[in-house]
Amino acid sequence: MAAHSMPWFKRLLSGRSAVIGMPYAWLLVFFLLPFLILAKISVSEMENVTFKDLISYRDGLLQLQLKLGNYVFITEDPLYYKTYIASLQYAAATTVLCLIIGYPFAYFMARARASVQATLLLLVMLPFWTSFLLRVYAWKGLLSEHGWVSDALIGLGLDQVLLALGVISTPGKLMNTPFSLVLGMTYTYLPFMILPLFGNLAKLDLRLLEAAADLGATPWTAFWKITVPLSKAGIIAGSMLVFIPCVGEFVIPELLGGPETLMIGRVVWDEFFSNNDWPMASAVAVVMILLIIVPLALFNKYQAEAQEAAR
Amino acid sequence: MAMPGASVSPQAAPAAAPRGGLSQLGSGPSSTPDAAYLSIQDVVKDFSGYKAVNHVSLDIAKGEIFALLGSSGCGKTTLLRLLAGFDSPTSGRIVLNGQDLADMPPYQRPINMMFQSYALFPHLTVWQNIAFGLQREGLPKDQIAQRVEAMLKLVQLGKFAQRKPHQLSGGQQQRVALARSLAKQPQMLLLDEPLGALDKKLREETQIELVNILESVGVTCVMVTHDQEEAMTMASRIAIMSEGRFLQVGAPTDIYETPATRFVADFIGNVNLLPGTVETDESDHVIIGSADCRHYVGHGITGTLGMAVTVALRPEKIHVTRHKPNDDFNTVHGTIKEMSYFGSFTVYHVELASGARLKISQANTSRHKDDELTWGDSVWAHWSRSAHVVLTQ
Repeated sequence: MAAHSMPWFKRLLSGRSAVIGMPYAWLLVFFLLPFLILAKISVSEMENVTFKDLISYRDGLLQLQLKLGNYVFITEDPLYYKTYIASLQYAAATTVLCLIIGYPFAYFMARARASVQATLLLLVMLPFWTSFLLRVYAWKGLLSEHGWVSDALIGLGLDQVLLALGVISTPGKLMNTPFSLVLGMTYTYLPFMILPLFGNLAKLDLRLLEAAADLGATPWTAFWKITVPLSKAGIIAGSMLVFIPCVGEFVIPELLGGPETLMIGRVVWDEFFSNNDWPMASAVAVVMILLIIVPLALFNKYQAEAQEAAR
Repeated sequence: MAMPGASVSPQAAPAAAPRGGLSQLGSGPSSTPDAAYLSIQDVVKDFSGYKAVNHVSLDIAKGEIFALLGSSGCGKTTLLRLLAGFDSPTSGRIVLNGQDLADMPPYQRPINMMFQSYALFPHLTVWQNIAFGLQREGLPKDQIAQRVEAMLKLVQLGKFAQRKPHQLSGGQQQRVALARSLAKQPQMLLLDEPLGALDKKLREETQIELVNILESVGVTCVMVTHDQEEAMTMASRIAIMSEGRFLQVGAPTDIYETPATRFVADFIGNVNLLPGTVETDESDHVIIGSADCRHYVGHGITGTLGMAVTVALRPEKIHVTRHKPNDDFNTVHGTIKEMSYFGSFTVYHVELASGARLKISQANTSRHKDDELTWGDSVWAHWSRSAHVVLTQ
């Protein structure tokens, strides 16, 4: 029986659409639907402990009530937009650091002998065997006063450097600073940078580097002119995997950031659970998601167009 | 005593008349025509105990197109990589135009390579690919543009300058690779299986075109190939390589018509190898006795009476007839057991009395013959006194 003559429900269950459909269904139920609920709450009026319906019908009048006050408030209160900017900055700093540390690591891992490569790959995965909460807690101990990482950094005088960079405010005090926050996030998200980069760099055709050398490129030039441009897809994938979760990160700022560093994840938490202002919290969350998704969508569109143009 | 194919010195003399016109390329002292332009001196490449290149010496004249021919694993690619500088020799010297290349990294050598399957940079356009080497030299922009345009014209790819490699056909990619490797006007060009990625028809057309371009530029070339037709059509001289050594170095006709060893005779083209012993040894001829006939060979050999030798006989040098030829020598009788029709010629496998089989190839000079030979026919085969070569090793 030809596929097009099948009843629609049978076609839906046929191999290909089932394989593609399952993750779509999953995302629909557990991401898009909650997001729409969140969006609905963000424009709802509170009525005691429940939300007022958006659409009401009274005296022959169908009314759609959207409370946009929360969104207006977000743009007016400097706390919010400053926090958004700070979140984006911390996430960007983390992404750049992960790239700087992760790229050479992925590069040499991709070039290593097969036996060494397997070991290195295992080492990258190893941290996942312990809960990341515990590992972030461990950093608390290492960075607090008389923690040995803290002592070592101070002993080497590196706290002065960090002070000069403006990532700590008091010499000798490393915990609860932008430094400890970005360190914790970099530590946690580094594997997410390394793995896509490794996957990309391992595929690089080494003869291209020989061709570059043959044409007079020093290894340094060949790296910047050939290796880096050809690993662009890996850089983008790794950066997204680090940047996106970092923007909304809650646990690490809570444990390592202290009161000095306010990130949007903590604001959402506070609105939900301290202020119990669900509409406000939802509005903050919706803006955060849009802040990430819109540039990403634009970027993807640009990428697709560029690829189309290249064809 | 003339001695075709008794032994061969691995140290081949440089070609007397290198192919190609006057070189426009290459700088440095003007050399006498006989002086070696590239000199490979007793080079060894040892890969942890395995000698991929085993005491190889070779002189190549300026403007020559030289081919390294051998089956895979014979060391030809390793030798090419030593010339390019991707590997360094364990011992021995490589001298180009009076300059020792020993410790020179690939990016400083005045040598460019056209890679097997081209290794074009996928993220750069055709134009940028060709300009890549020139930009590394730090040439001014207008000079680079000028040179790239000239290269595009040379390989007739002007229209495709802004395309990416994946948007080109295999033949076009091959020409981009050629243009890229010639753009820097190298003192020597290395070609690694230059036509290996093309299909047969295109390969034949491209062979001639490639040689024409190389000769118009006048660049000295060393090419590596496993395709003997490619080596014979393109190169002025060929080295047959096996297990890291040169078995024979010479012009294509020398190697085909006077192979030095059984291996070379068997490797190049088709051949019948007939074992025999020396019965008469005169200065102008020898007679070799073998199972099915007595061979009269119209040249002398260095050997002794009773010595075991091999007679190498190319299939196309044998004539096959139904009638007994009027010659006591170089004549055998047998039955056609197999026939392969190739269009322009037919190959007959004739079984002789001893059970040995003789491959005979006959050109199909007319469309229909009245009395065509076919399976099971009893035939006579005959060849001239200069058709065969006596091999002692």
